[in-house]
Amino acid sequence: MRPGYVMTRLAQAALVLWAAWTLSFVVLYLLPGDPVRILASGGLENPDLDPARLAQLRADLGFDRPIALQYLTHLADALQGDLGRSITSGQPVVEVIARAIPVTLPLALASLAVAVPVALTIGLLANAVRARWAAELAFSTPALIVSVPTFWLGLVLLQLFSFRWHLFPAASTDSLAGLVLPAVTLGLPNGAILGQVFARSLSQTLAEPYVQVAIAKGLRRSRVIVAHALRNALIPTLTVLGLVVGNTLAGSVIVETVFARPGLGRLIARAVTVQDIPVVQGAVLLGAVVFVLTTLVVDLLYPLIDPRIAHTAPAGTRS
Amino acid sequence: MSTSAYRATLAGPTVRGWLRRPGLLLSCLFLLVVAVAVTRPSLLAGADPLHGQIGERLRGPEAAYLFGTDHLGRDLFARVVHGARLSLAATGLAVALGAVTGTLLGLAAGYRGGVVDAVLSRLTDVLLAIPSLLLSLAVVTALGRGTVNIAVAVGVGSIAAFTRLARAEVLRVRRSDYVEAAQAIGIPWWEVVARHVLPNSAAPVLALVIVEFAMAILSVASLSFLGYGAQPPTPEWGVLIAEGRDHLATSWWMTTLPGLTVVALVVSLNRIARAVQGR
Repeated sequence: MRPGYVMTRLAQAALVLWAAWTLSFVVLYLLPGDPVRILASGGLENPDLDPARLAQLRADLGFDRPIALQYLTHLADALQGDLGRSITSGQPVVEVIARAIPVTLPLALASLAVAVPVALTIGLLANAVRARWAAELAFSTPALIVSVPTFWLGLVLLQLFSFRWHLFPAASTDSLAGLVLPAVTLGLPNGAILGQVFARSLSQTLAEPYVQVAIAKGLRRSRVIVAHALRNALIPTLTVLGLVVGNTLAGSVIVETVFARPGLGRLIARAVTVQDIPVVQGAVLLGAVVFVLTTLVVDLLYPLIDPRIAHTAPAGTRS
Repeated sequence: MSTSAYRATLAGPTVRGWLRRPGLLLSCLFLLVVAVAVTRPSLLAGADPLHGQIGERLRGPEAAYLFGTDHLGRDLFARVVHGARLSLAATGLAVALGAVTGTLLGLAAGYRGGVVDAVLSRLTDVLLAIPSLLLSLAVVTALGRGTVNIAVAVGVGSIAAFTRLARAEVLRVRRSDYVEAAQAIGIPWWEVVARHVLPNSAAPVLALVIVEFAMAILSVASLSFLGYGAQPPTPEWGVLIAEGRDHLATSWWMTTLPGLTVVALVVSLNRIARAVQGR
């Protein structure tokens, strides 16, 4: 792998992060709604605010300066790893987020452990099984799964597996059994999206001439899929995996609310409720970081899976 | 598309054509029922959605109460029917905002090209890099809670998809001879867009509108489930499901049945979107 390609991709990644940060700044600080009033009210619905104190606070926080100057100051702080302080707890945003990660990371990994086998099953069922009904089922199930609201899926699973059949605990942060239902809730929709792409690209690959040749020469269909088609069908699937991993953080907001897990998602949900602007901005930035890192890893993996891909190609072909 | 299905399309909506696609028929019928629920909810459900009889609380589904009753003895079916208007009004506002803004940006990017295109395309990339729910949550943080605000938040989250599609459509239609001819005889660009580009892109844009409408139903419900939209006792689908949370162990119908209604609507819309795309 050429170092030049890696450098270009790193520069692109940094650019996307800067743009995401800027966008969140625009949304949070420039949309109608007074950030100082929000910061001062501490999450109360109709706080009784003294105008003089509000003006004082405005000056203290630098909100009376030109917006361009505010933006540059915030950006300079962010570049030094300072994302400001949470308005509710007063602690640095970076610390607040770092403390919640150990709760959410196992959930995210477990959800991927659910999503990937689901996707493989859907893809193989759609292409490797001779029975027509199985293939049709495999092609139509993903559309049904993504039509289900995530929070409702979680509640239904909770109702059946915890309250009716007592198979899994309803809320348990430290046990492995407590991780099962949240991971399924988060992983099933992602597995459906991945499976849809995998099934389609696998059937496209199986229609290619070289596969037909292999089958004509008498190779078993299962062997053709494993030895020849799988590798090529993985490329589009990996691209979508980048999106899916990026979505895990957003999904955790809902899943952790349903299952009462004190992780990143719960932190974000609470921050939105009390309009804790610095924490929400940190969360948006983290979402972009996760997305950028995954796509970076996926891009660097492409040439390993398919040597035909020139090192400069993937960035262009995906836009 | 199989030959018979293609003939069915050519023949228009004949009885046999409909019967050959029962899924599509059911989807359209369900959409009709939902349309009645939005415009004339009392035709479908006569019961009061806001006041219940406490003696009738937490009753399971039965002939008198199709969806059962909630913890205050209110008829859940009436609450779901009356909730359609608020839920779908918020969804409609969200999609209108996303479709109009996104399509305009996409038309500008595709038609003007150059710097405008470069800037708008990079902006779309960034919008797509941030999970749309996180973006919506940022908008809710800035604007505060409320149904209109979550509609705006969901709309902002769907702009990028429309921008991308509209841009691709413009680039496709632009290359055709008649558009080049129209440009050559000096017809202003906005007229070319209105006369040639938009009508030719109608089917894919309409399909995306329906798909995004289905997605927006889920997003709006999610945001109100999290408590950022309508507040109880207002009947709204996300709120109804959230209210059932405290009664999961005893009253399955309180979460299950409103949720199934949402699923049925989203599935129907996706089926209709596929038909619009000609599949």
